[in-house]
Amino acid sequence: MPVGEIGFMNVDSNTILFARDLKVWFPVRRGLTDILARRPPLHVRAVDGISFDVKQGDVFALVGESGCGKTTTGKSVLMLYEITGGQVGYKPSQDLMDAYSKLGFKPEVITEFGHIDLAKIPRKYQRPLRREIQMIWQDPYGSLNPRLTIFEILEEPLIIHKYGFTRSDRYDMIYRALELVKLTPPEDFMNRYPHMLSGGQRQRVVIARALILNPRFIVADEPVSMLDVSIRAEIIELLMELKQKLNLTYLFITHDIAIARYIANKIAIMYLGKIVEMGETEKVVKNPLHPYTRALISAVPEPDPSNRLKMREVPIKGEVPSAVNIPPGCRFHPRCVALDEHSELRGVCDRSEPPMVEVEPGHFVSCWLYAKR
Amino acid sequence: MSEVILDVQGLKTYFYTSKGIVKAVDNVSFKVGRGEVLGIAGESGCGKSTLGFSLIRLVPPPGRIVGGRITFMAEDILKMPEEEFRTKVRWKGISMVFQGAMNALNPVYTVGAQIAEVLTLHKGLSKKEALEEAANLLKMVGLDPRRIRSYPHELSGGMKQRVVIAMALALRPSLVIADEPTTALDVVVQAQIMNLLKRLQRELKMSIILITHDMSLIAEIADKVAIMYAGKIVEIGSSDRVFNNPLHPYTRALINSIPSLRKELKKLEFIPGVPPDLIQPPPGCRFHPRCKYAFEPCNKEEPPMVEVEPGHFVSCWLHAKR
Repeated sequence: MPVGEIGFMNVDSNTILFARDLKVWFPVRRGLTDILARRPPLHVRAVDGISFDVKQGDVFALVGESGCGKTTTGKSVLMLYEITGGQVGYKPSQDLMDAYSKLGFKPEVITEFGHIDLAKIPRKYQRPLRREIQMIWQDPYGSLNPRLTIFEILEEPLIIHKYGFTRSDRYDMIYRALELVKLTPPEDFMNRYPHMLSGGQRQRVVIARALILNPRFIVADEPVSMLDVSIRAEIIELLMELKQKLNLTYLFITHDIAIARYIANKIAIMYLGKIVEMGETEKVVKNPLHPYTRALISAVPEPDPSNRLKMREVPIKGEVPSAVNIPPGCRFHPRCVALDEHSELRGVCDRSEPPMVEVEPGHFVSCWLYAKR
Repeated sequence: MSEVILDVQGLKTYFYTSKGIVKAVDNVSFKVGRGEVLGIAGESGCGKSTLGFSLIRLVPPPGRIVGGRITFMAEDILKMPEEEFRTKVRWKGISMVFQGAMNALNPVYTVGAQIAEVLTLHKGLSKKEALEEAANLLKMVGLDPRRIRSYPHELSGGMKQRVVIAMALALRPSLVIADEPTTALDVVVQAQIMNLLKRLQRELKMSIILITHDMSLIAEIADKVAIMYAGKIVEIGSSDRVFNNPLHPYTRALINSIPSLRKELKKLEFIPGVPPDLIQPPPGCRFHPRCKYAFEPCNKEEPPMVEVEPGHFVSCWLHAKR
């Protein structure tokens, strides 16, 4: 079956990355009694069958609460987790294919447009790919080695990937990377240690480290959530500017839908391992269809002092269930307020999973309110 | 304004480190009325948490309160002996929801036992009475009273935060200081916690000081806002005035740096540079190196606090006469 038909969007030559029914499950450790009692093995279904397409030049935001699987999705794209099921198609650059043919490795091509399946790349051939797909980490305090200088931190990927043969080549590259993220003059920063920098400056170093190998695709995992609100705007602007300048594509992971609105042209809302709604950002934000998206949006505070006079209505019940025991049917149904209002849906939402339907062009939702039964 | 329950005048809290004196809170004055919610906003490192600690006299060493006066319920609480302060004011009069407190719950005791400890120590209740009262407190913060038998690991983040709030309310204080009560919580849970604080504040008619870096959270609950920068309050006034007519360039930037979800997309403002070193703060107005309106007097003389409109004060040379 051609890939385009499995999903609902169309893969074409402009699609840089796509996921089809991607699953990442983690086994739950079983005790001896569980084994003796022959209890079936349990799994944390962190990502439980999601599909999306990212086009060249997109900023694709994955939005959801903690534990919804957004970071796991991002990391599985980087092959940092073993993929349990489904496909992650990636359109490699000519350079990557050349590097592979030099190594005598022929990755399996899964579409007519030359996408390769990242889940099937053996470990020893992952390194050239990692040069093209890089990650910006969340915590600028935890992700920089405190015992290395900024120069050493940025030099390490160059050495590992044999990119820049002499020290002076590497110096030039590091100099340029620091200039790119506006840590200027670069000489001043190279010999400093991370603890000598502010949070915003550290996050710039993390960005420079992701960019130093000239990647095409960046997974940015909550790049601003650890920063103060006043510094966030600056880092967001920087990310947008770099995207234009370097022709990048972002998979942007965030819990903050307002930030996603500023940076992303496409947005996918995740809940408990599934995408419940996705589409062009303004369509989703202005006209949220899924009851979960509505709750998420209504919970966001705004700097309007008249809010203090009223309670904030958040149409949602209960708490997020565990990803080990996912509710049957639509996994949101135990918390859904719309289900209470639509008695005709009883017996539907709690039994079968809703399909993803295109409600308006470029706006998809997975909810029985909008799907044909 | 209603009866003033907290009056802080010229408060100075300094940290005596080996590198020099860090002036974390430097000459801060404000008042809180009964039943009033004051929001204190500022970037990390501006001294807002230290200010909170100062109010319950728990400044960690090498920090010390070196100047000023804090009057709570008409008593000078900085002059009180520690023992008197501990039994009369701390927790009974002023309590605090510490930043990240939900992760500091003791993992080997039930939450009921942890709340009951406050009650047995301060009120002298028996263990049984204290557990009953703990169950009532959990009910008040919207949890199932049977949760007194739960251990912290059995609760979600939002539930733990509710427990911590219940603990702060155990002795029915007139003033609760909430230091970043919703960081590390998801937006849905954050909205629920803010609603809870709002409801409790109305029901119990208590005053709240909300400390946060997020101006939109302050808008959710505060009647009055104080903006702190580098250890000083640069603007203070009613929420309506500060949000609708921000006067200090720093306040304006803080408000305009928030990405909006519902309004039209506009370019976000940001504050270039980094917060100053509090050992050697810049001369004159401490904000001048990052201020796009800085002019001649800003780097020389500290701007005085002026009342621009009734109850709305700002410390900025754009608004002060020389």
